[in-house]
Amino acid sequence: MTATNAIVARDLTRTFGRFTAVDHITFEIAAGEVFGFLGANGAGKTTAIRMLTGLLAPTSGQASVAGHDVYREAERIKRDIGYMSQRFSLYEDLTVVENIRLYGGIYDLTDRDIAERTALMLERLGLGHAADQFVRAIPLGWRQKLAFSVALLHEPKVVFLDEPTSGVDPITRRQFWELIYEAAARGTTVLVTTHYLDEAEYCDRISIMVDGRIAAIGTPAELKHTFGAASIDDVFVRLARAHPPEGKSEARP
Amino acid sequence: MKALGGLLRKEVYHILRDRRTLVVIIAMPVLQVVIFGYAIRTDVDRVRLAIVDPTPDPVTLAIRSRFDAAGVFRTVAVLPRPESLDSLFERGDAQGAVAFDPAFAEKLGRGLPVRILIIGDATEPNTGGIVQAYAAAVVQAYANELGTHTAGIRIVPTIRTRFNPTRESSNLFVPGLMAFVLTIISSLMTAISLTREKETGTMEALLASPLRPWQIIVGKVTPYLVVGFASVVGVIVEARLVFHVPLRGSVTLLLFEGLLFILVSLSLGILISARTSSQRVAMMGALIGTLLPTMLLSGFIFPLESMPVVLRAISYIVPARWFVLVARGVMLKGIGLAYLWSATLILLAMASALLVASTKSFHERLET
Repeated sequence: MTATNAIVARDLTRTFGRFTAVDHITFEIAAGEVFGFLGANGAGKTTAIRMLTGLLAPTSGQASVAGHDVYREAERIKRDIGYMSQRFSLYEDLTVVENIRLYGGIYDLTDRDIAERTALMLERLGLGHAADQFVRAIPLGWRQKLAFSVALLHEPKVVFLDEPTSGVDPITRRQFWELIYEAAARGTTVLVTTHYLDEAEYCDRISIMVDGRIAAIGTPAELKHTFGAASIDDVFVRLARAHPPEGKSEARP
Repeated sequence: MKALGGLLRKEVYHILRDRRTLVVIIAMPVLQVVIFGYAIRTDVDRVRLAIVDPTPDPVTLAIRSRFDAAGVFRTVAVLPRPESLDSLFERGDAQGAVAFDPAFAEKLGRGLPVRILIIGDATEPNTGGIVQAYAAAVVQAYANELGTHTAGIRIVPTIRTRFNPTRESSNLFVPGLMAFVLTIISSLMTAISLTREKETGTMEALLASPLRPWQIIVGKVTPYLVVGFASVVGVIVEARLVFHVPLRGSVTLLLFEGLLFILVSLSLGILISARTSSQRVAMMGALIGTLLPTMLLSGFIFPLESMPVVLRAISYIVPARWFVLVARGVMLKGIGLAYLWSATLILLAMASALLVASTKSFHERLET
């Protein structure tokens, strides 16, 4: 496992009883890369992310995140990653500033660091006016962007975003992706799951999961070329047809 | 430690900002005491008493003044003949009556047997019975004072009550009520607040952070430990001031046992929420798993001695049973650890077992 790889997975597998949610997936993600995890609902994306973030123990296989082994160094990993879950991870009954201070404290930042980064973050997001508002009072799009910024507060090496843009309008999604690019430009590795296939085009590389396996992996251009498709959408539909999901819900466009 | 401080502050914000929870936490103990203290009490008070005294003399007057002084009775009528009693009872003007034999003092002086007839309105059987028992006790007390040379006054029931001589029901309900209130605040509140974090996804964020499971648990438990402790103190103070419930034993011991019981309930709440994923399920679990046993199987309302063996066996694993035992012992009997060590040890064992189990269930990573 080379130092330039932020995430390495080898035959990573997780079963729940007889159901195999993630089936021997192998991939590498370079430091500073924006990597897209695509797949239908139930394809195993979230399970894979949970294993990499230390929320779920793998059944078998190997993986390392930010150079730390997921089995032996789970606690080290937790310091080096940021995580934004599908269901959004801020406290709605705390104010914007209180949320930032809470997570700053959890990641052992000094008071000065927290104050400086809070000011910077609010300015960057244009949320200065809402600093003392309850999170539940600010619009969903802002909340998502805030949650992302909070996940980056302790300047993690790798950030995991699990369907960060579900339910937000196209303009906010666009702005959200600008934030992702800014983070990548600062050297943060970004692993993002999505089922908006147009977002796949924004990624440096993508993998498409079908039934717990990685069915395709590469840059968006490579995948379109390989499958002779006009868009990632076409690639996706082709893969999904080749491996018909049993009784699983289809990907939303 | 800074992380823990942040967690604690966050939890305090949650409690203070969730108005409904705050109202429940503050108002429930106070309301419960009032409800149990006034509405459900089995004491009788201001009983309307009719007196039939055909020939008032020093002895009957002395006994009558005893009834007035007892505080329980209020004399509504003094009649010369027993015939008029019927209409008083029918109209409900009298709930009880005391009828003296004619020439009471004279017969007594000559050593002849005298009778006092005590009548109770038993439309409400409980009240009727209690009225009779009270009245009999008043007469009995007078007879005892007269001494053995006037054995003429014969009162059939011999009543002797210890620890709660006035049979104040509040004396019995307060220890049980403490268990009840603590169970609600501790297990229900922690269960709900933990599953709420699971539902909103913030629990995942905490678990993916460098926080250790014990920090998350301490962060959850401590604020509710403080809240629970405050309500113990509140209930005790209210019971003392409003209902004059005695506190014969050590206050320190009582507070310590209270804290121990809160810890047991909190750990139970954490365990319940660790095994459930939605607030609704956690609430049902907490209700069925803790509230009902606390109400029914702790001896709080229904005496355990009269229960079938199976239920009595189950009651041994209900933490509230042991706490009620301890609280009653300390408050009403004034006994100390010398008598209560086994119940205390059982509570200690329950607290440690549950805490270990709940920390363990947090170590097992979320598998939803």
